[in-house]
Amino acid sequence: MLLLIQSNSMSIQFTSRPSLIAYVTCGDPDLATTRDIVLAAVDAGVSVIELGVPFSDPLADGPVIQRASQRALQHAISTEQILSFAKDIRRQSDVGLILFTYLNPLLRMGLARFAAAAQDAGLDGALVTDLPVEEADMYLQEMRQRNLATVFLAAPTSTDDRLKQIARASSGFVYAVSRTGVTGARKELTDDAMKLVGRLRKRTKLPIAVGFGISTPQQFAAVGEFAEAAVVGSAIVEIIERNPGKEAASVAKFIGQLLAPSS
Amino acid sequence: MAALAELEREYEKAKRDRKFQTRLDELLKSYAGRPTPLFFAQRLTKKLGGAKIYLKREDLLHTGAHKINNCLGQALLVERMGKQRVIAETGAGQHGVATATVCALLGFECVVYMGTEDMRRQELNVFRMRLLGAEVRGVDSGSRTLKDAINEAMRDWVTNVRTTHYLLGSVLGPHPYPTMVRDFHRVIGREARKQILKAEGKLPTAVIACVGGGSNAIGAFHEFIKEKKVQLIGVEAGGRSNKLGEHAARFRGGSPGVLQGTYSYVLQDEAGQIAATHSVSAGLDYPSIGPEHAWLKDQGRAEYVAASDAEALEACTLLARTEGIIPALESAHAVAEVIKRAPKMKRSEVVIVNISGRGDKDIGILRENLNVLNH
Repeated sequence: MLLLIQSNSMSIQFTSRPSLIAYVTCGDPDLATTRDIVLAAVDAGVSVIELGVPFSDPLADGPVIQRASQRALQHAISTEQILSFAKDIRRQSDVGLILFTYLNPLLRMGLARFAAAAQDAGLDGALVTDLPVEEADMYLQEMRQRNLATVFLAAPTSTDDRLKQIARASSGFVYAVSRTGVTGARKELTDDAMKLVGRLRKRTKLPIAVGFGISTPQQFAAVGEFAEAAVVGSAIVEIIERNPGKEAASVAKFIGQLLAPSS
Repeated sequence: MAALAELEREYEKAKRDRKFQTRLDELLKSYAGRPTPLFFAQRLTKKLGGAKIYLKREDLLHTGAHKINNCLGQALLVERMGKQRVIAETGAGQHGVATATVCALLGFECVVYMGTEDMRRQELNVFRMRLLGAEVRGVDSGSRTLKDAINEAMRDWVTNVRTTHYLLGSVLGPHPYPTMVRDFHRVIGREARKQILKAEGKLPTAVIACVGGGSNAIGAFHEFIKEKKVQLIGVEAGGRSNKLGEHAARFRGGSPGVLQGTYSYVLQDEAGQIAATHSVSAGLDYPSIGPEHAWLKDQGRAEYVAASDAEALEACTLLARTEGIIPALESAHAVAEVIKRAPKMKRSEVVIVNISGRGDKDIGILRENLNVLNH
């Protein structure tokens, strides 16, 4: 089933079920390697890449992504640099590109400036981790003006009322957080994820991606039973951490395993 | 967000419940030791030769700092919400100790997050927390101080939100914390106002307090905000120098930004990464500032200055030898400002300095930094 969400002139396409959304921290260990990793991931079949902007205080992230941010920040990497990196990726590929960032670096740049640069870079949209929908008016205005997708997080503890607000503010897809907690691979996917997606279905026609804790082909396939896409972040970042010098190849191999049809 | 909404609802309900306020007042009185004295510092006044200096003695509260005002208030809310587990962050350890204290008092499980650098420089408080039954978890990431402890506490909270209350220790973080924590500390200013009117028959010319997150200052200031003639002076950590990373003076080098759920003045670099900070006092060593202080500054209602590490250390020694009071290094920043300001004021004028805590926890740092102790 092909789901096409028009945003910018590109589109976020979820062509298989579940489709894979892969997160990487830009600049870990350096931008050149991130480039290789992203292109290898695209070749391996990723539908959307989340480009993570490293931040000094990633409070929604567990130790794996915290360490990745620390490493990336050793290069004094800026949002502008990451946007120009994204533009470079866009020249090579049509893959969905979402910027994944905390709010402060965007505020520092200026929301209008950021949105304009994001549009120019060919990004499909953004997800701002610590921006609640209640505070998002100006952000939504700037992004929507430029046809950029605004992805928000829905949590198992979100009330029905908030899910409604989140659904209304979202475009591109809705990110359903699979459990209470921070990023990090876990052994089991809890029931929380399925219940949350069920509640979201009543309030949105957008595709839904489930994320946090997904690291095995079994978990990945299980998500496909009830959601359009699965986000894999920490598992990929950990592979990058554990395979210095062969990051791209290792990530491509891992993705191949995730996407392989179940035997 | 759901937990914040729940907390706000409970707090609003509690505010309207007379029984809640009565119970809190009773605990503040019989357990924490309120009201705290407003002490006329006669020798210090004479030495500086200017305005009359009164010290609001929050250092005399149980656990040795103002922090317990807020901890008791929030602990009673935890009881109402039926949660059994409490977590907190702590910089100097005073809030951690106060949290561990109220958890022991009311029977909650307690986990306190503290940067490993802070654990080293405030060892006494680490021991106290453990003796009180709390688990102290060292945080090794980032700068290993207060902001990193807050990050870890927030991560714990989002993971365990159904069973756990995050007892935030200052007027920071997402709503309703800045408002709620301020409300629990307003008793400081309410008392001081009554006390100064009794002692001097008039309102003070100025109220001076140190500002880390900003809880003791806003607690001291709030009652006086509507009295336009009363100057409100907040003293930030001037650290070692004006260079980014060498101090924690948000109004000196910071700009509007979002950190840990609050929009306020933040010390940050051009890319929007949060800056490292430094202060000899762990409790002031934080890159953002309570949003109500940002508002007071922008309105021009309060003035914010800074005292350097050296000035704070000197002020600590001066107060110890002039009045027999060893202030916490945080509070010493406020004392440093009155040392500069009082001589320039008229003898008929009155200044209240909030002594937010006692200095026992700082013995190690004082020993490292002062040669005076050898004679």
